[in-house]
Amino acid sequence: MTRITRRTLLSGTASLAAIAGLGLLARPAWASTEAAQEAVDAFTGGKKPETGKITLTAPEIAENGNSVPVTVEVDSPMTEGDYVASVTILADGNPNPEVATFHFTPMSGAAAATTRIRLAKTQNVMAIAKMSDGSVYSDQKEVKVTIGGCGG
Amino acid sequence: MKKSTIAWIALMAVTAQPLGASALADPVSDSLEIDGQAMITEAPAPKEPAGHPFEVVKSGWLYREPETRSMEMDSFENPGMLNVERGEEIWNTVEGEAGKSCASCHNEASESMKGVGAHYPKWNANAGKPINIELQINACRENQMKAEPYKFDAQDQKDLSAYIKHQSLGMPVEVDLSAGDMMSWWEKGKERYYLRTGQLNLACATCHEANNGLYLRADHLSQGNTNGFPTYRLKQGNLVSLHNRFRGCIRDTRAEQPKAFSDELMALEVYTAWRGGGLSVETPAVRQ
Amino acid sequence: MATPKPRVKVPKKASAGETITIKTLISHDMESGQRKDKDGNVIPREIINKFTCEFNGTKVFECDLEPAVAANPYFEFSAKVPESGTFKFTWVDDNGSVYTEEQKITVE
Repeated sequence: MTRITRRTLLSGTASLAAIAGLGLLARPAWASTEAAQEAVDAFTGGKKPETGKITLTAPEIAENGNSVPVTVEVDSPMTEGDYVASVTILADGNPNPEVATFHFTPMSGAAAATTRIRLAKTQNVMAIAKMSDGSVYSDQKEVKVTIGGCGG
Repeated sequence: MKKSTIAWIALMAVTAQPLGASALADPVSDSLEIDGQAMITEAPAPKEPAGHPFEVVKSGWLYREPETRSMEMDSFENPGMLNVERGEEIWNTVEGEAGKSCASCHNEASESMKGVGAHYPKWNANAGKPINIELQINACRENQMKAEPYKFDAQDQKDLSAYIKHQSLGMPVEVDLSAGDMMSWWEKGKERYYLRTGQLNLACATCHEANNGLYLRADHLSQGNTNGFPTYRLKQGNLVSLHNRFRGCIRDTRAEQPKAFSDELMALEVYTAWRGGGLSVETPAVRQ
Repeated sequence: MATPKPRVKVPKKASAGETITIKTLISHDMESGQRKDKDGNVIPREIINKFTCEFNGTKVFECDLEPAVAANPYFEFSAKVPESGTFKFTWVDDNGSVYTEEQKITVE
């Protein structure tokens, strides 16, 4: 049994307050986690993505947030009966979470694509794949966006 | 607050603290090949005139993160090559009252311009001073083409300069200091390099000599060599000229910025090009 | 901004049914609509919003772009080549312009 002590209660309250404070500060300028979640739901139709099948590759540290290479790869036979229909990329710390959506066909041969994206600050980048049977899978990476010494 | 205190704060920002496990303080030695062609990214420092501060001069490419490096290794993936292609169009476009293009006199740039960019800045007897590629282009436009000279950093100036310098890709930078009065310009450039200016009281040497290899916040400070200019910077998403970068650095020391192509910056170009002598021309290099 | 200039890289030859890699790049500022000019006015959004790759008239790959795609949009993707033919690439600009490029491939 966990005993509630004054200390746990206080630290809990403090972190809740901190989270609430951050939320308030973040809301006007940046996509909140809620906005990112809404974008996920819009893409999946409310379905909760499973893990696996999709791999998102992004640098751990981006030298400049103006151009960050990201690659998505989805494990799929890419046949008429079983292929990846689309993959969307979302960034939860940008002014808008939507970044790009790739649409594949069996003619794609492989469900893999690379592009270069803008990240306004250190944040999570998410890739969600929608399969031809309607199932959804996701992967996520945190990308640290550095601020240069020479005026950013 | 006293000036010295501000400078001290500025220097405190220079630290050897790596950002993460993958970011090492020292530049990682690695080989740069562009479409399979080997580039010289490390070279013995020029011996003449004496007094080069380094044993080995290093390309800024060595100081970059893997993703930025790889963008330069494939000429298709390098966005600066879009500008080089545009530069080729300009090369072949007739402009001015004389009805000439660059190609009218110089024909195929791949032959006539091979090695040219590697040897600029160059003494110009008519001007009585060293000139760079940009000024040479403007001289051609005015005297041969009877066209308007480009304004500093006009997109066409950057694209055409990059196209011409790109014809020397891989060739080592070598400035001829024996011509004309080049040595006195080298001396002036050296003085400017070590001159502390601005509210932050920084010289070129403060970052690029004394602290190269360390971090200024998140900037991995390079030796500040000029072999990749005009260079494609991710920050601007465009080509950045050498004199733009000089002015940017000087602005960041919170000093008044000299004009592009002024004697002060031309001297600095002579001196910095010499400092990076022996490194391959990488134009258009890809930097953060 | 000068007229956007597309570049594509497609192998010249492939074997029947092979999956090849295609790279594309187009010069474009991708003005995000988030920036302000010197006077503080918002610079209106103007981006490439759609990219399509077709082979002999059949869709191979497509991308919807948002302002968070970097300037000079770059794509790398795959395509299955059943026969000799032509790849057609299309970029659609917010301003209504459409930029296209074609590249032939021979199956042997």
